Order: sequence, then C-alpha cells, then structure tokens
Amino acid sequence: MEFNIYDFTSFTKWIDESLNAAMSPFWVMITEMAIIGVAILAFYALVGLFLVYAERKVCAFMQNRVGPNRVGPFGIFQTIADLLKLLMKELVYIKNADKLLFNIAPFIVITASFLAIAAIPFAKGLHAIDFNIGIFYVVAVSSLGVIGILLAGWSSNSKYSLIGAMRSGAQIVSYELSVGLSLITMVILSGSMQLSTIVEAQANGWFIFTGHIPAIIAFVIYMIAATAETNRGPFDLAEAESELTAGFHTEYSGIRFAFFFLAEYMNMFIVASIAATIFWGGWMPFHVPGWEGFNTVMDYIPPFIWYIGKTAVIIFIMMLFKWTFPRLRIDQLLTLEWKYLLPINLFNVVLMAFIVLMGWHW
Amino acid sequence: MAEIIQDIQEQEYLINMGPQHPSTHGVLRLVLSLRGETVLSVQPHCGYIHRGIEKMCERLTYQQIIHLTDRLDYLSAHINNHAVCMLVENALGVELPERVKYIRTIMDELARIASHQLWWCSFGMDLGALTAFFYGLRDREPILDIFEESTGGRLIQSYYTPGGLMKDIHPGFQKRVKDFIKMFRKKINEYDQLLSGNVIMTQRTQGIGILTEEEAISFGVTGPSGRGSGFECDIRKHHPYSLYNKVEFKEILRTEGDSFARYSVRMDEMRESLNIIEQLIDNIPAGDFSVKMKPVIKLPEGEYYQRVEAARGEFGVFISSKGEKYPYRVKLRSPNFSNLSALHSIAHGQKIADLVAIGASLDYVIPDIDR
Amino acid sequence: MRGLINYFSGMFNGIISLVKGMGVTGKYFFTSPVTIVTQQYPENRKTLEMFDAFKGEVTMPHNENNEHKCTACNICQINCPNGSIEVVSKDVVNEEGKKKKELDKHHYNIGMCSFCGLCIKTCPSNALAWGQEFEHAMFTRNKFVKTLNNEGSKLIQKKGVE
Ligand code: SF4
Ligand code: SF4
Repeated sequence: MEFNIYDFTSFTKWIDESLNAAMSPFWVMITEMAIIGVAILAFYALVGLFLVYAERKVCAFMQNRVGPNRVGPFGIFQTIADLLKLLMKELVYIKNADKLLFNIAPFIVITASFLAIAAIPFAKGLHAIDFNIGIFYVVAVSSLGVIGILLAGWSSNSKYSLIGAMRSGAQIVSYELSVGLSLITMVILSGSMQLSTIVEAQANGWFIFTGHIPAIIAFVIYMIAATAETNRGPFDLAEAESELTAGFHTEYSGIRFAFFFLAEYMNMFIVASIAATIFWGGWMPFHVPGWEGFNTVMDYIPPFIWYIGKTAVIIFIMMLFKWTFPRLRIDQLLTLEWKYLLPINLFNVVLMAFIVLMGWHW
Repeated sequence: MAEIIQDIQEQEYLINMGPQHPSTHGVLRLVLSLRGETVLSVQPHCGYIHRGIEKMCERLTYQQIIHLTDRLDYLSAHINNHAVCMLVENALGVELPERVKYIRTIMDELARIASHQLWWCSFGMDLGALTAFFYGLRDREPILDIFEESTGGRLIQSYYTPGGLMKDIHPGFQKRVKDFIKMFRKKINEYDQLLSGNVIMTQRTQGIGILTEEEAISFGVTGPSGRGSGFECDIRKHHPYSLYNKVEFKEILRTEGDSFARYSVRMDEMRESLNIIEQLIDNIPAGDFSVKMKPVIKLPEGEYYQRVEAARGEFGVFISSKGEKYPYRVKLRSPNFSNLSALHSIAHGQKIADLVAIGASLDYVIPDIDR
Repeated sequence: MRGLINYFSGMFNGIISLVKGMGVTGKYFFTSPVTIVTQQYPENRKTLEMFDAFKGEVTMPHNENNEHKCTACNICQINCPNGSIEVVSKDVVNEEGKKKKELDKHHYNIGMCSFCGLCIKTCPSNALAWGQEFEHAMFTRNKFVKTLNNEGSKLIQKKGVE
C-alpha cells in the first residue's frame, strides 16, 4: 500500500481490504463504523476547540484587544481549560423542568451536527460515505438540530428559553428554504447531487467562477442563510443575550451547555465546508484553464490543505458578519427571507437553468 | 376548543426583565407583559440600588455633598457637581475667576462626550453589535486619561468644590485635549460607518419607539431623549450658565421622536461638544483655580434651585437652608428618573427586541434613577 | 415600477452599508496587533506609572529623618464625610514645661474612604498627600485600617523656632 496525501482512495481501500481479509463482512462493517466514529469524534473535538479559540482571537483582533493569552503560548490551551472547567461544573436541574427532554436536547443538537460531517469530502477519497444524494442528506441532517433547540426551550420551564426556542423554530424553518434553493441552483449547474462528483466537476474552475452571476448570487444567499441556520450573529435571535439573556440555553449549565456551544461551532464548520465544497471546489486546487505551469504548482499543495484553507476563509467571513452587524429583529428576519432571499433565489434558479440549457457554463 | 384558543390568545405572558439582565444596564427591574413577542405593558420597579443620597446630604456640609452627587449619574459626575457648586456660589454671591469657568466648561463637555461614548457602546451592544462596544470604550480611554491626569479620578472625580476646583489642571491638559479632539473627529466617522448607516441598525430604530413632543413634555423627558422628540430643552442654550453664553453651539433637535432620532441627537451632540471645547481650549486664562471660601459654608436661609444640562438631561438640585452648615432638605431632580417614566408609553405595542433598543436609546443610568 | 426600484435600491444601499461596516472591522483585524490598546496589566506592573494626581490612597509623606508635618489639629477628621480618619493625639510636655498636643496615631480606613480629597485639601499644614498605590485588595477588613504616621515619627521642627 502506498500512502499518498494527494489521493486517499488507495489508503481507504487498503484498510477495507485488510479488514476483509481478517474477518467476516458483518464484523468488517462494525469495525469500520467504529474506526470512522472515533476518527470523526476526534476531529470534531479538535475542530470545535480550535474554532472556539479562533473565534475569540479573531473577534479580539477586530476589537483591538489581545484575546485569550494566559493559558499556554498565545492562549492556545484556553479552550481546553474552559472545557475542563465546564466538565467540572455542576449540572443544575430546574424545578418542574421536563427531565427527559431537558437531558436529551443537547444530545440531539450535537448529534445532528455530527451526522453531517460524515458526508463531507475532506480530500480525494477521504470521506466517510459518498451518497449519491449527498447534498440532500446534508441539508436534511443539518436541519435536525432545530428539534433539539425547540426541546431545550420547551423543557427548561423558563420563559426566556421558550421565547428563544420559538424564534429559533421560525428562523430555521424559513432559512432552510434558502439554503436548499441556493444549493439546488448549484445542483443544476453540476448536474449531480453527489458531493464527490461535484468536486470533480470543478477541476477546470470552481463553480463560483464558471457559474457566472447566478453562482455568485447563490453563494451570497447561501452565506446569509447558512449564517442564519447556525444561529450566529447577526441572526442569533434564539440566544440574543441582550434580550433573552441566553435564549434557549439559559437554564443549561456545565457540559450540557458546552454541547450547545460546541454544536454551534461545528454547525458553522459544516456549513462553511459545504460552501467550500459546492462553490469553491472543495479540495480541488485552484486551476486556471490554459495555465499549465500554474496549475501544476497548485497541484503540489495537498487537497486537504486546500479544503481547510477554503473552509477557514469562509468561516472568517462568517465571523466578520457576527462581529460587525447588529442583530435583526424577528419580523425583519422573516422579511429578509420571504421578501428578499426567496424571490431572488427562485429567479436565480430559473436563470441558472437557462444558462445551463444554453450551455454557457464552462 | 375555540374557547381554549381564545383564552390562550388573551393570556398575558409576564416576564421579569432584571434586576439582573444584560440590557437593563444595572439593577433595574422591568415587569413586562407580553403577547407573543409584543410588549403590552412595561412596569419599571426601581429601588434596588437606592442609597438615600438626599437624606445623607442633610448631614453633610456643602463641600462634602460633592462626593455624593458624583455617584448619582457617575457618567456625568462633573456636571452633577457643577450644579451643586453653582448653587452654593450663587447663593453666596461668589464671583468665580474666569479660569475656573473655562476649566469647568471644558470638563463638562469632556464628561458629556465620554458619557455619550459609553452610551454608544452599550447601544451597539444592546443591538447585538459587540464590536461597537469595544470601539467606544477604546476611544473613551483618552478622556479618562485626561481626567486622571488633572483630577486624579477616572470615573468619580470630585473635582469641583464650591468656590472653584480642587486643584489646578495639569500642564499637559491642553495638549492632551487637542490630541483627543483630533483623534476623535476621525473615529466618530468610523462610528457612523459601523453603526449609524448600517441597514440593520436603521431598520431596528427608525420609526420604532416614538415619543411625541407632548408626551416628552408631560413626562419631563429632557436631554437628548427629549430633543429627539423636538422638545427644546437644552439648559445650556435656554438658561446659560458658566461660559455657555460665550461659546457658539447649536442645540441639536430632531422631530421624529423615534429611537433613531435619539441616537442621532447624541451623535451630533458629541460633535457639537468637540466644537465647544475647541473654542475654549486655547483661551484658558491664567489665574486662580479657586476663590478663598470660608472653611464652614453657611447658606443664608432660603430655598435654592440650580439646574444644569447633564449628559442625559436636566439635572436639578434643590436645597432648602435654615442658615446652618448643613442643608435642611435636599432634593435632586435626576433626568433618568423622568426619562424612565416614559418607557411604558414609548414601548407598549413594540416587540421585545425593540424594547431593548428603546431602553438603550433612552440611555438610563440606574444609580441616577434610584439615588 | 416605483416599488420595484425602491426594492432594488433599498437592497443595494443596504448591502453597501453592510460592506462599509465590515470594512471597519476588517481594517482593524488586518492592522492588529498594532492597533491593540489593551494594557497587559499584571505583566506591566514594573513599568506601569500612574499619573501624579492619581488618587490611590491617602498617605502622610515623611522626610528622611522620619518626620511628618501633622500637628494633630483634627481638621481632616472633621472634614471627612465618611469618618474614615481618626486622629489620636497625645499630650507631651516639652523642655520649657509647656503642654503640647502631638500626633500619636493617624488612623485611616481606606475601606470607607471615597477618595473625595477633602482631607488633603483642608489640611492646614499640608501633611497629607495622595499615594499612587492602587492594589488595595485584602483578605480581611481590619487590614484596611492603616496608620499613616510611621513608628516613632516626629513633627518637623520649623527652622528658627528652636
Ligand atoms: S493630617 Fe493635617 S488636618 Fe489632619 S490632623 Fe494632621 S495636620 Fe490636621
Ligand atoms: S479622601 Fe475623603 S473620604 Fe477619604 S479620608 Fe480623605 S476626606 Fe475621608
């Protein structure tokens, strides 16, 4: 077996084959699931912790502050210290809260964000599962999280939480539409819902360049809607701390609160990586048709780096959103979706279909 | 079933906002009754930080009162002290040296700018733009340095005393103030870019929380909040004290009466204050920083009232004296108390998020409400 | 038609205003760490200098002979609005056989002080001054009561009197 950081297909195949040689297919499946589960869990924790740190540093720099700088060099272990603190904190139970739902809610939220990672192609051949309806799966799974938020708000037996949950419900149900439609625009362009095929199709130029104006519009809409879907500022109405103290997770403490917190950052990572995959070519290096030398140089950068880099840029843009804008009000939030994003989006789908029909893409 | 639905629709949802709540800026408790997100009524419950300052003043000499009026509206500490000092000086007929008047006016305006900067921070924060909060605090720092260098205090200065000032200004005062003006003129444009012109911000404030001029007058809403409704209430203009009849400045007025009007009045007031300081800073005359007063001040028997334009509105001190070294009765008219009383009539029928924005645009300081 | 124009112009103006705002935050992000204004407090303890006028605490300066200027006249105690000063005096008999009041202990309770500066301003012999110390946190309250005059200190004798 040869290990190749440009193509993981042979690596994963080698694992599969050597496992198959050792045991029966049923056990192979179980073992593979376990390996992937552990790998994703480790990745999840790592990315989550890093994102929390990155967000704090980025916002600190925007605000002329230093940010965390006490634990470790440049404070890089700050989030680990915070995590330890949260682990040791008391889990406060609320009188008359619905115990079962109250306990389950953070797990639903975190599982929903966990499920979506499975479908994301990190590099060539490096994805847990390559559905032929990948986009559909990701959209479906990532909208599950709202159930957890609604449950959290309802079961906390707190008025602030309930208002937060109501807001969150209205918000995610509406913005799901925009996310879906802007992704459909790109599906029309690529002609496939399979994430690996979509990435391969961008070998000669990322969709945001080859898709002309509709792709750019779809990207902008996706960015707005995705920020809203992850409950981040300026769409953080569900937790709006100046209005609802902490919204749906007001009553949560300790590690359960950390789950909500981590899930928010993971959702951000997931929507950013979907945006990177679909609009910016995922792990595909930056190619300009005709510039052979340039393209080969670009190819030397491993795909995984490309993927992480693109995701990081998109996450940075989302952070810039959060730390610049004031929060919207709930009715304005819905106005933005139903009066602006949705009509533009529908028009955009038609425009894209027209362009594809005329063969103007590529 | 229909009855149940109707019952639910008519039910009110009561929420206690505060005493510990991020957007009440202190220990203020608002009892809200909501229907969905719509605010039906707001009942402020104050008294959580009541310290009985008016009563305490009855056992303090006139010099000692100063350190308590500092702690009313701590963001315009200088201005509150100015009222007390002027009351005593006018009652005794003391003529102040020009230098004192210049320094007091400049300090007052600096305090006003610092206060409006802090208001801008918390306004941004209440709307969810946290970065605004840090920019405002960052630019407030030079003013605090100016205060600290000359008066020794950053928040609570106790700098004025009946008859003048506690000590003279630092030799570097003028340079620092000029540097600050230069720096802040640039930064305030940045504020506009970041928040004032922002479409989300304008949507959240324009046409929201309207206070009509009649209401403003009948509730006694003064200061920038009153002027946002077209109520001409600038004491500096209409009853000038200190040097305000010598400097040129505009009384900022807006007639819309919404949150955005109150916002833009304050933004323009900061610019106007910079103008006032600029007119004075180069001309501070030499001379004494205080006149010699008797160590024990006794006001002649009678009743005295003095008002000034604090950062949040009209601040008035009423003192009834029996000719002793302590006042017989002190009554403080604090701007925030009157401004808060208008909250219900501004905010009912609005969304809960707007209530936060309205509260931020009224800019209340709780220790001033409770006294 | 007008509605349509308004719809689009409103949208574009909105987007432009948002981009402007992002320009401000983005500018600071990319110009940091030059623009950082935070003071690294415990680390810069050595270099941190307060302004001369800074009101840290009330002190009684002593000269190199361990002498101060306080005549135990009690004025500061009377003028303090919070009762945080207590002047303890003692009677001493000097060489000429005259009784004289002298300072025994000048107690100052910083926990009750509101830094109004009246004691310093009204002291007729300028015996008090502001100190620049600002780290006042203590574990017990009685540590807040300080004695301002040093052990065995004396009143400065004015030249020419003796
Ligand atoms: S410190 Fe000054 S005012 Fe106080 S007792 Fe001594 S001399 Fe008098
Ligand atoms: S500063 Fe004021 S409160 Fe403090 S000891 Fe002196 S007189 Fe008393």
